[in-house]
Amino acid sequence: MSLDLLFFQEELLPALNRGLVVSLALIIPASLIGFVFGVVLGCTRTYGSRFVKKLGDAFTALVRGVPLAIQLMFIYYALPKLGVFFEPYGAALTSFIICTSAYQSEYIRGALLSIHKGQIQAAKALGFTPLKTILWIIIPQAARRALPGCGNEIIYLIKYSSLAYLVTCMELMGEGKVVASDTFRFMEVFLAVGLYYLCMVSIATVLLHWLEKKASIPGFRPR
Amino acid sequence: MNEQVILEVKDISLSVGPKSILSHCSLTLHKGELKVLIGPSGAGKSTLLQCINVLTQADSGQILLEGREVMTQNAKELCCYRTKVGMIFQDFKLFDHLTAIENVSIALRKVRGMSKEEAKKRAMQELERVNLAEQRELYPAQLSGGQKQRVAFARALAMDPLVLLLDEPTSALDPELVGEVLAVIRDLASGGMTMIMATHQMDFIRAISSEIIFMENGHIVEQGPPESLLGENAQSRTKQFYNSLASV
Amino acid sequence: MHSLSVVIGALPSILSGSLVTLGIVFAALAIGLVLGLFFAILQVYGRSWQRALIHIYIWFFRGFPILVLLFLGYGLFVALSLPVQPFLISCVVLGLTSTAYQSQIFRGAILSLRPGQMKAARALGMKDSQAIRSIIIPQALRLSIPGWSNEYSILLKDSAICFVLGTQDIMARTAFAAARTHEHLALYACAGAIYFVLTLIIVKILAKLEKRLHIPGYTSVSGEAL
Repeated sequence: MSLDLLFFQEELLPALNRGLVVSLALIIPASLIGFVFGVVLGCTRTYGSRFVKKLGDAFTALVRGVPLAIQLMFIYYALPKLGVFFEPYGAALTSFIICTSAYQSEYIRGALLSIHKGQIQAAKALGFTPLKTILWIIIPQAARRALPGCGNEIIYLIKYSSLAYLVTCMELMGEGKVVASDTFRFMEVFLAVGLYYLCMVSIATVLLHWLEKKASIPGFRPR
Repeated sequence: MNEQVILEVKDISLSVGPKSILSHCSLTLHKGELKVLIGPSGAGKSTLLQCINVLTQADSGQILLEGREVMTQNAKELCCYRTKVGMIFQDFKLFDHLTAIENVSIALRKVRGMSKEEAKKRAMQELERVNLAEQRELYPAQLSGGQKQRVAFARALAMDPLVLLLDEPTSALDPELVGEVLAVIRDLASGGMTMIMATHQMDFIRAISSEIIFMENGHIVEQGPPESLLGENAQSRTKQFYNSLASV
Repeated sequence: MHSLSVVIGALPSILSGSLVTLGIVFAALAIGLVLGLFFAILQVYGRSWQRALIHIYIWFFRGFPILVLLFLGYGLFVALSLPVQPFLISCVVLGLTSTAYQSQIFRGAILSLRPGQMKAARALGMKDSQAIRSIIIPQALRLSIPGWSNEYSILLKDSAICFVLGTQDIMARTAFAAARTHEHLALYACAGAIYFVLTLIIVKILAKLEKRLHIPGYTSVSGEAL
């Protein structure tokens, strides 16, 4: 028993904490940048010209139709053939950003389409310019509608960030795998790794619920 | 006595595909007048009001506000024009994410550029005018239909419009709630607000309107004061329509 | 042109991998269907401790990445000194994860049924278990098809992770061929296309199924066409 504790304290937890830092360095920028790109992509897919819309739809369908594992391998192993080189971390981050922005754009688009025409008419009738209408009427409503979906997407991202291990990025999963292979203690190590992810997901869930509650308005529900 | 022309609409036409929705509609609004648009549903009353506020772009025609033609193609001028022309919708169209007082104050802040406190103060005055001071912190979903429409009036009036367009303001309301909205309109009329209203409230029209405009199939068929169109011996199309409604 | 011949050479192997991929996906869907439906019914009609247990189950599988679960499964076989069975582990891990998500789909479907259905069945003298089997489930399953089609495409994509255990699916065979020939670009593009097509085919089939099972004029409370 004392030996086990020693293993956790001396070997496993320091490694996992190192990995956690890398994981967070993947998840936080990927979700923020991915969200911003998702908003841009969602807006162009909703309000853009026909050609731009088609282009955005095709990109989204492609990213959503191909497994993230393949996208990762493609970016890390295949793009160098075209002269584009990535570090493991850069490859993982890039692929997460691309993936998240495609999924986020779906929620953004849905939210934008759910805004009643009457709301826009009323704003026009009061003399709002198109830009002010978007800023003060459409965005505050669409943001509330998109929040649950976008939040879920962030939770998915936390879990799928473990795939960075596939391109040898030493995050939580990668660090865990090294310890497990060295010590052959698969059960303990991967339960611990899983609990790290479970904690991150749970914290994110609580934060998102809090945010949803804070932003909620009587009678104004996501469809 | 007051012959100052506020709004002039000249020769407005609109068609969608082969179908003509409005043809050559013209009307003139003097200061303090309440003109009423009536006619069977589908006659083009709502569309005409929407064209006046350019929420629908007419194919041809002119709009003059206080004698100056409005360049509806110019986005900036159009926004400025719309701040001077208030609109009340059949289905209220309150902003669902804002409280009553925020609904009234948002255009003051974002369009007029007032400070938050100033806008709030002004919005409060307008809410008091329609007797909704106590409901100021409620969201649209928490208000009754009549209350929502009164907030919509406060929202439009806060912009100090020269003229108010009312698109069937009571037809989405339960019968027992119609009275409170009509009371607001009556107050406005006696206060000298210039208004044009599409409605089916015939008795109210008789009592309060200065002129009736009867529309059918996108045409303005008749216009004139209620006494002459609805009087004892009148032989007007308007009277026929009035009687057909009364007999139902 | 070298890459083209490599792809053509590897294609039979990759395509036979798609049978393994589909095998994992459908096994996982089936596990998720049976357990998920059971969990959903318990969540709606069950006692509070049953609901709490299912809540914990969902919380756990929503938080654990599939990659971690796969290695846990692997570790379990190692700890028990059994020969590791990658295909079996893949099916069970994806199936148990899918159970958590499918139970939410079914729960939503049951909750969106008209509230009178259960009462009407009871009024006819049915036991609750009978009513659930012959009245609630047939309606709820129809309502679940869109969610199900979504779950299929998620599982298909998740199955591409299983190659880490050596499961011989599309991904594993592609990675193997790529490592041997260094034609990563062409091979991964090809594999991506196969996944893409597999998604499209099944989503189309399920949309047809939804139409065929449609009951004329029937809508749920939420107004969605059934």
